[in-house]
Amino acid sequence: MKSQSGLFDVAIIGGGVVGCAVARRFALDGARVLLLERASDILSGASKANSALLHTGFDAPTGSLELACMQAGYREYCEIRERMNLPLLETGAMVVAWNEADLVRLDGIKAQARANGVDDVHLMEPDEALTREPHLAKSLRGALLVPGEHVIDPWSAPLAYLKQAVAHGAEVLCNAEVLSGHLNAGVWTLETPRGAVQAKAVINCAGLFGDEVETRLLGQSDFTILPRKGQFVVFDKAASALLTSIILPVPNERTKGVVLARTIFGNVLVGPTAEEQLDRNRTDVRQEALRELVAKAVEMVPALADVPVTAIYAGLRPATDRKEYRVSSKPDQRWITLGGIRSTGLTAALGIARHAASLHAGFGESGFRPVADPVWPFMPNLAEHCERDWQADGHGEIVCHCELVTRREIEQALEGPLAAGDVGGLKRRTRAGMGRCQGFYCQARIAALTEGKFAEPLAVEKADD
Amino acid sequence: MTEPFETDVAIVGGGPAGIAAALALRHHGVARVTILERENEAGGVPRHCGHPPFGLREFGRILSGPAYAARLRLEAAGAGVEIRTSTSVTALHPGGRLDLATPDGTAELDARRVILATGVREMPRSARLIAGDRPVGVLNTGTLQHAIYIERLKPFRRPLIVGTELVSLSAVLTCRKAGIRPVAVVEAASRPTARWPLALFPRLLGIPMHYGAELVDIRGRSRVEAVTLRLADGTTRDVDCDGVLLTGRFVPESALVRLSHLDVDMGSGGPSIDQFGRCSDPAYFAAGNLLRPVETAGWSFREGTRIGGIVADDLDGHLAPARRSIRIARGEGLKLAVPQRIALPSAEPSLGWIQLRAAAAGTGVLSVRDGSTILWEKRLSILPERRILVPLAALLKAGERTDTVEIRFTSDKVD
Repeated sequence: MKSQSGLFDVAIIGGGVVGCAVARRFALDGARVLLLERASDILSGASKANSALLHTGFDAPTGSLELACMQAGYREYCEIRERMNLPLLETGAMVVAWNEADLVRLDGIKAQARANGVDDVHLMEPDEALTREPHLAKSLRGALLVPGEHVIDPWSAPLAYLKQAVAHGAEVLCNAEVLSGHLNAGVWTLETPRGAVQAKAVINCAGLFGDEVETRLLGQSDFTILPRKGQFVVFDKAASALLTSIILPVPNERTKGVVLARTIFGNVLVGPTAEEQLDRNRTDVRQEALRELVAKAVEMVPALADVPVTAIYAGLRPATDRKEYRVSSKPDQRWITLGGIRSTGLTAALGIARHAASLHAGFGESGFRPVADPVWPFMPNLAEHCERDWQADGHGEIVCHCELVTRREIEQALEGPLAAGDVGGLKRRTRAGMGRCQGFYCQARIAALTEGKFAEPLAVEKADD
Repeated sequence: MTEPFETDVAIVGGGPAGIAAALALRHHGVARVTILERENEAGGVPRHCGHPPFGLREFGRILSGPAYAARLRLEAAGAGVEIRTSTSVTALHPGGRLDLATPDGTAELDARRVILATGVREMPRSARLIAGDRPVGVLNTGTLQHAIYIERLKPFRRPLIVGTELVSLSAVLTCRKAGIRPVAVVEAASRPTARWPLALFPRLLGIPMHYGAELVDIRGRSRVEAVTLRLADGTTRDVDCDGVLLTGRFVPESALVRLSHLDVDMGSGGPSIDQFGRCSDPAYFAAGNLLRPVETAGWSFREGTRIGGIVADDLDGHLAPARRSIRIARGEGLKLAVPQRIALPSAEPSLGWIQLRAAAAGTGVLSVRDGSTILWEKRLSILPERRILVPLAALLKAGERTDTVEIRFTSDKVD
């Protein structure tokens, strides 16, 4: 990648789902955009691991910015997704009451959904709930159906946003942690390991490091990130026959609780846990927590006991001491903070981006000319329920047999301005190695196909004959 | 998609069991035998197991894995078996229709009979629920051997090896050949799973061995940097390494079966079969390590030969449909029993044995029971992952109306 020169209208710090959506928004609005990512690929922080749900906002705080952004984000995703070939698995969700205490709270959740403009919810008696989901444990006491909750691909969406931004001139620098910076005569100079860059405004989308970036560049932060770890277990594809809806627990104050949901890739996931930790990098899994998740899943859907585990993972959400997003604008410092975007960020990103654009308009003198006829990048589909590359001819070979990933898909993911920057990035773009064998059959082949591409390669060196 | 093409017998998987079945079918005069192999070359696991011994009983000589795989391909070609490589089966449908994916697009295949021989793989880190970070460098023996022997790449320099099954020793050999220096071998049990004296082998190479030790944490930002072991005495120890090699704990590669209409046995993890290798849909048969983890290539070859012969008989109308069947109940002390049912009337050839694996080591009595009647029993010492066989004839002594016989191992002391 060439070094970035010239003066950008905005520098976005952080290539998570929020940063990608913000880059798209500003690029479409006609701004000259630079996105800086500290890792070797985008989506490497909070956005790399989540439950991949598109939320209606039925249970979000009424009147909150979070709710407004979620609903705007939801609408825009649905508007643009077909043009970008972004999948949507229309599952609906059921908030399931497993005991008397849960049951009495369903009415309140229903009232909140209505207050949030989610009018199509309805309460289900156990019979109706079990008719819709016959594999759920018979012990359920009732449920609230939220038809608009859906499942998406958590990685192709942000990648598509950034691709569209790049198509309209946005530039992306990976391995470019912002180390320091200063504002001088309305121009920010940001120092990164890839060199200094200049921009007329900074948008902090640094997720788990949002407060550190504020402190580093502004001298202080008015919020503190309290990383909250979520561990997940993914069941093999046979599990998807056992479940249609997203199964949500009755939430508590702190977390939405453990969700059981299909993934767009044809699996079923259970998670997340909610564990506060100080470390902003470590996303380790713990055996005890994983066992508990499996047990919880089996409690909800007993037949899952016979389905093998495909994957385990953990992610960190950038929580703060408040539930609400930490969004603020400092026009005199040419700075916008999009912080504390927790688990709803995937849904809300496009809405947050619009909000950021409106905040930026408050800086005055932008004078951008919006793109009249946007380019719509067409994303490779990885969703199980839509046509995949292996079904088309000329794909070369199937490299990953569990996920049916083709050589053509892998080669394409390694090309272009947003090529995968590491093994994780390749997995997110193609699913290679993410299936039930976790690379048993394909990892050696992928090591060969990616030789010389990554700073941390799959193979450390050639084997002698 | 083009019109379905047809064959007499489609074999899913071109490893030792699949090729042996194909050879047997051709020797019995079956005209069209098609092996569907998803890799670009048939031969199965031995392809990337670069050391002997393979082939002694099949071919009368000791071969390395790749040489054995080459010999299998040569035999198949000579016998007129059609091998379609780079061809993945993506779905099994009732009656023997298969969905295929090839580099030229998708296709359908109608087979009069299908033999499933998709083999076995080692359990990955995820299904073992191993704690820690998820960096690059955690893999199974199969992946290591594929990397070394086919792609000529080293996935690590100083791995920790987990497990002491036979394959673990194969892993040690592969490391030695490639100049990879394992930092230690750990085994959760108090003794090696593989037979003495093979288990002494790593120690002879100077690799520290820890029994009763468990891998409790993996650390590393992008690549494995260290692991934590909990040793037999309860203490923990950090070990620097750049990889973790998870060996053994084989599971049948039964994804196609699990996603199909066929019955799966949760004990073996493979399809549920009768003594003829016949699945719950009589158009489908199964052979080799898909049936149970795990046997040698030689055993899988012989099993494939047996099943190929039975399928040839079936095509000739000589295999009677099951009038009724006796379910084999897996009692205490046993992890799996294959076949899972006996179809009546029985006949020969059949698989001939009930194959068992123990849940834990022990000494005691293995018995076959029809209600309170003991049909067969034997005193023996058993160990996990070792072959245990009960003659099929023992179960055929069950009563006229019996619908279930139980096989159990009653341990008389804790081992």
